[in-house]
Amino acid sequence: MITLSHYLMASGLLFSLGLAGVMLRRNIIIILMCLEMMLSAVNLSIVAFSRYSIVHGHQNYDAQVLVFFIITVAAAEIAVGLAIIVALFRSRQTTHSEDLNSMKF
Amino acid sequence: MQLTLFWIFSSLMIAFGLGVVTLRSPISCAMCLVSSFICLAAVFITLDAFFIAIVQVLVAAGAVMVLFLFIIMLLNLQAEECRRVKLGVMLGGSVVVLSFMVLLSETLESSPQFSKMMPPITASSQDVGMIGMTLFHSFNLPFQIVGVLLLVATVGVVLLSRRTLR
Repeated sequence: MITLSHYLMASGLLFSLGLAGVMLRRNIIIILMCLEMMLSAVNLSIVAFSRYSIVHGHQNYDAQVLVFFIITVAAAEIAVGLAIIVALFRSRQTTHSEDLNSMKF
Repeated sequence: MQLTLFWIFSSLMIAFGLGVVTLRSPISCAMCLVSSFICLAAVFITLDAFFIAIVQVLVAAGAVMVLFLFIIMLLNLQAEECRRVKLGVMLGGSVVVLSFMVLLSETLESSPQFSKMMPPITASSQDVGMIGMTLFHSFNLPFQIVGVLLLVATVGVVLLSRRTLR
């Protein structure tokens, strides 16, 4: 049978893949994709916890509403982030994070 | 049956996630991310979260990834050229990720509450109806705040993508 730790382990693997991508990749668009992947991993663990805690005979729907909010906020975040990347590309002609070092200490 | 589906789709999800991290061309990364999100939606269905699965396919795998593909095509990004890999970054990244996984597996083995079976759903399952009741009764104010947030984000995107910023 599937236990809660199966789902949490899959979610943790997806999260750490996203974390590795954010730390290792240098293209800003791919860094944004990995951020999205980390948010989805968190969503998976929240849905797993909601399914394994039964309230009044059905799953905990408060958690699923929270996941709905997370998906909405993530979509807004990606839209703003991509607009910033387009503005950045217009002024600097690059999406490589190592070429953007004018604010580096 | 559910166990088989869980193993198939979660391993596919992890494999496509690995593709996002390792592939060079941004288009292949985006396609891998779409496939990973669709497999994630299938894993949501094994958890009886049908509405969240549909929203995941429509919003995350549909709308957001179309936005990504548009931007990749608009900026005409080619495959990343091979630059010299910084050893410190590689080492630090691997150490952080590996210690996170070790910590997670230790935590999951430490307590018996993580190894309980999936409890059966006894009430009649009207997934979308129950989510609507919860959303509009208990979370009405956060729902409206999220609406305002989306409006602000839209206005901000339009302002940011104008040609001259004043």
